[in-house]
Amino acid sequence: MSLAASSSIASAAAAPPSIGRRLLLERLTGLGFAMPAFVLLMLTILLPLAVLLVLSLSNYEFGGVDMDWVGLANYQKALADPVIRRSLWNTLLYVAIVVPGGVLGALLIAVLVHRRSRTRSLYEVAYFLPVTSTLIAMATVWQFLLHPTLGPVNGVLKWLGVGSIAFLSEPSTALATLAVIGVWQLLGFNMILFLAGLTAIPRDLYEAADIDGCSGGLDRFLTITWPLLGPTTMFVLVTTMITAFKVFDTVAVMTRGGPVGSTEVLLYNVYLEGFQYFHTGYAAALTFIFLAFILVFSAVQTFALDKKVHY
Amino acid sequence: MAELALHPAAAPVTPARSALRRLVGLALVHAILLAGAVFMLAPFVWMLVTSIKPPAEIFSAEISLWPKQFYGLQNYRVALDKAPLLRFALNGVILCGGILVVQLLVAIPCAYALAKLRFPGRNVLFVLVLLGLCIPVQVPAMPLYIALAQLGLLNTYFSMMAPFFLSVFAIFLFRQFFRSFPDDIIHAARLDGVSEFEIVWRIVTPSAWPAIAAFSVFSAVAHWNDLYWPLIVISDAKLAPPPLGMMFFADAETGSNYGALTAAAAILTAPLVIAFLIARRRFIDGVTMTGVK
Repeated sequence: MSLAASSSIASAAAAPPSIGRRLLLERLTGLGFAMPAFVLLMLTILLPLAVLLVLSLSNYEFGGVDMDWVGLANYQKALADPVIRRSLWNTLLYVAIVVPGGVLGALLIAVLVHRRSRTRSLYEVAYFLPVTSTLIAMATVWQFLLHPTLGPVNGVLKWLGVGSIAFLSEPSTALATLAVIGVWQLLGFNMILFLAGLTAIPRDLYEAADIDGCSGGLDRFLTITWPLLGPTTMFVLVTTMITAFKVFDTVAVMTRGGPVGSTEVLLYNVYLEGFQYFHTGYAAALTFIFLAFILVFSAVQTFALDKKVHY
Repeated sequence: MAELALHPAAAPVTPARSALRRLVGLALVHAILLAGAVFMLAPFVWMLVTSIKPPAEIFSAEISLWPKQFYGLQNYRVALDKAPLLRFALNGVILCGGILVVQLLVAIPCAYALAKLRFPGRNVLFVLVLLGLCIPVQVPAMPLYIALAQLGLLNTYFSMMAPFFLSVFAIFLFRQFFRSFPDDIIHAARLDGVSEFEIVWRIVTPSAWPAIAAFSVFSAVAHWNDLYWPLIVISDAKLAPPPLGMMFFADAETGSNYGALTAAAAILTAPLVIAFLIARRRFIDGVTMTGVK
């Protein structure tokens, strides 16, 4: 705001004869430039949100003719629905596996890769490749990799004498398996963010630490790297939480919520209710529950980053 | 200096000892990194290996990293015959290109207005942009679907692109960039009679090239790989982008013809992976810039 104010003062000073006209022109230009974005914002975000809110209070079904107000019944139904409770639990469990794996794993790799000079770009490519690959296509490959009889993973397990595991068709392992694939997909992304954070740490801090007798790798990590990476870690943590909470692709392609509902996640249920069963009102309520979690995660980030600025 | 957990000061430091310690540390670091890299790359290697194996070798219990009989041509031909894979890839290009062009045309003037112009409603708009950052596309999806269905626009390229025409993220990113553009240059241009329109596109936009390139990479990767929205609005296989096409193909391929499946996966994964290998720095800078705001 102050920046804009000073700029308009400066422009007024530069063109004294027509201050009023220039300001008017600036206002009209600003409105004109912002208008397409504002219209699209209305049409693709705000209006749909309002419609979604209305729908969530009704029993509307897409394609049906009549619609009644049901108040908060959809929300009550959702919170009491065992299927939704299970899918919410599964989603949080998925997040609880992907977040530590994806964040700590990426941090470890980034710290190790950061100091490499000749091999750094090789490792960067290797770890980043899954980020750019089409997850749906790679999911098919993973399915084959983990195949109980044909897959090489089970081949290795058998060779080690462990015996084969039906990773994706066993209720006890399916969700964890999807979570490992989730980590595989986003590890490189997080690693790049950590590498950027590491590059921003001034080198002389390490030299100063050397002089102070703090020269062990772990010492240096705990006294310098970890505290200075705080904001980066916070950012990576929250984006990973949000990404993991939105898990859908691997579920839709590899397990479709099975076996026996062990991989049903919230977004998959939203999709089923909204676009397969067309329980539109109910799905709208589920969408708001989904959004509530996303907003909580985002709020955590805003709050934490605000705190970091002051230290 | 290697990342050793050991404390060098604890032992008498002779050159030979410290060199040995460094060597062991280095070996340990590379061992960890290589083990991780194997985990990351294994699916790609296995995809390529399987795509050139004959069925008999795919279905045999022994693991081999190279086929005894080269069967690549047959697998890739089956994949290309059974599904319009190149069409899926073309759809992906049209989808990403269309979305990106509109995103830039809409976001750049808006970001400039937010950064450099004073107009009524500016602060409200910026707050709305910040709010929009927190709302994933899955939230407005159902009302958008109903609207597109009412308009008879399902199963069109437009329906696939429409929800993404506005990128609040692009507005946010470009606004940050434009704010640091020197006001003096803008004023000088105004005094020279350059129109505001030209200032945006001829003077300010070129200066934000790194941000625009970063955003373009980000946008293309996101929409090339997106499944959720195309799955909802597209049922016509001719319009499917790569992920949806792969899903159709995998569903149709009931005989678990893994050779053809992995060949299809390789074809659909290739464009982005090759683009990444060529423009590696752009991709990595893109993530850095779009991530650390």
